[in-house]
Amino acid sequence: MPKRQLITGNEAAAEGAIAGGCRYFFGYPITPQNKIPEYMSEHLPPIGGVYVQAESEVAAINMLYGAASTGAWAMTTSSSPGISLMQEGLSYMIGAELPCVLVDMVRGGPGLGNIAPAQSDYWLATRGAGHGDGRCLTFAPASVQEIYDLTGEAFPIAQKYRNPVMILADAVLAGMREPCVLRERRDPPEEKPPWAVGGDQTGRQRNIVNSLWTDPLVMEEVNLRIQRRYQQAAQNELRWTEHGAGKPEILVCAYGVSARICQTAIEHAAEAGVACRLIRPISLFPFPSQIIAHWAQKVKKVLVVELSLGQFIEDVRLAVEGVCPVEFFGRTGGMLVTPEEVAERIVAMA
Amino acid sequence: MDTTEALKAVYTRPRSLTDVPMRYCPGCTHGIAHRLVAEVLDELDIKDRTIAIATVGCSVYAYEYFDTDAVQAAHGRGPAVATGIKRCQPDAIVFTYQGDGDLAAIGLAEVVHAAARAENFTVVFINNAVFGMTQGQMAPTTLMGQKTTTTPLGRSLEQGGYPLNICELLAQIPGVAYLARETMTSPKRVRQAKRSLKKAFQAQMEGIGFSLVELVSSCPTWWHMKPLEALQWIEEVMLNQYPLKVFVDKLAAGE
Repeated sequence: MPKRQLITGNEAAAEGAIAGGCRYFFGYPITPQNKIPEYMSEHLPPIGGVYVQAESEVAAINMLYGAASTGAWAMTTSSSPGISLMQEGLSYMIGAELPCVLVDMVRGGPGLGNIAPAQSDYWLATRGAGHGDGRCLTFAPASVQEIYDLTGEAFPIAQKYRNPVMILADAVLAGMREPCVLRERRDPPEEKPPWAVGGDQTGRQRNIVNSLWTDPLVMEEVNLRIQRRYQQAAQNELRWTEHGAGKPEILVCAYGVSARICQTAIEHAAEAGVACRLIRPISLFPFPSQIIAHWAQKVKKVLVVELSLGQFIEDVRLAVEGVCPVEFFGRTGGMLVTPEEVAERIVAMA
Repeated sequence: MDTTEALKAVYTRPRSLTDVPMRYCPGCTHGIAHRLVAEVLDELDIKDRTIAIATVGCSVYAYEYFDTDAVQAAHGRGPAVATGIKRCQPDAIVFTYQGDGDLAAIGLAEVVHAAARAENFTVVFINNAVFGMTQGQMAPTTLMGQKTTTTPLGRSLEQGGYPLNICELLAQIPGVAYLARETMTSPKRVRQAKRSLKKAFQAQMEGIGFSLVELVSSCPTWWHMKPLEALQWIEEVMLNQYPLKVFVDKLAAGE
């Protein structure tokens, strides 16, 4: 029976993963996401799952690589500097066509930075995934409920596209408490995918999990195969929400916690006589370019709001393709924007 | 008398090795090490539940040679990958095959922590005191005074510090169930190496902890020696730094 509980974003990520079928967790402590590994260490063993505290994020992502090789539904979670350390392993997982789920509770950077909320890992999440031609499928929740839902849904998506899926949230969402509807926990499928190593190998061809292709022609083919899956994901996995009424003058684009702030901001702007449409992409890769392109043709200007010095704005600009001016508003280093200052900017633009 | 009936095969390719040419240099002991591991998998009848982990270095293609499921791991991360696999598949027999660059340099943290967690898998550690794949640079296991492409005047304390003895380091860790250093310089030594490898896999089968066999190996190509000279150099020089020994044997102790 679904039940409604007041929980934090970190707990939502952990319980959402378990409800979605995750049974193996490999992680390393880093603030502001420590509640996730703590939750997993308590809740996975009693249901036959496994929690391992790795010696580093580098080890954690490679444990995940091993677990994923066996077809297990497995995950790791971290925050910005830890996700940086995982880039090599992510590249290997993409190259070996392995599914897994990661959560990045983004904090201020660069470097050791701080533990305040930020959205400055947009490039890391959507462009990163280490060296080579691969990317992570990336989803950005904006509420505790959405963290719960998306983290659970990420597992079958990762399996379907045989690629890592990143849930990109931040220190606000990680720590804030909201009501969340929890579902029954679902078991992962018993049948292992045909490419998985392990089990009884008698009478079947051996399976090899590998990202080494010394023949450039073969390597190119592998890359094209991975790319085709991204194109399929762009057909099937685009998600966004729209907010605002009336014929808009300004299109506001924001994701995650910034979009929550912008929801209030466009209400203030409407009261001041400026109608806005807010597009909140949930899928960041694949990116919902078409809906942004659609509204860009109907407005005077676009405003992009994010907690960085301009990363997400690049995808918006690519979608707008120059049909109208695209302006930026954001803070960085762990600072938040307020609805009032966003509304003020919108009114000034109109 | 029908001679075909009287002929009996006394030496064949182990079932656990594929029938493909290996890419190793002539005179290199990787081939012997592969064969010994494969013979052990055959004799323990565990081939069909074994997962081999190839790492980065000369043995990067090990997944082509062991006729089992296999996973190729990032440089140094074999023990982390093995941990992930073994925790998900506790009935599988899991082993990593790592060189000294992979295990003792970039992957030192992973192997030490896997041992500390008493992970139930086996490490085959090839120590030839040099980075082979990248053409002969200094390894953590390079001997003092040994010339490599990055220690052209010989390894010095000022520039490269001291060699690292992995078995002596791991012997301190209670999670280790079997730990031995062997070499393959003579038929007798080869047989002894195989005995240790077998015990390491038996320790894993019994689930009593982490096992590792270091094989002091030759690299005629980057030592710039003939194959037999290289084996002689192991006996006369290398074993002084890396003495052969069974460091831990919890099978023998019946623990």
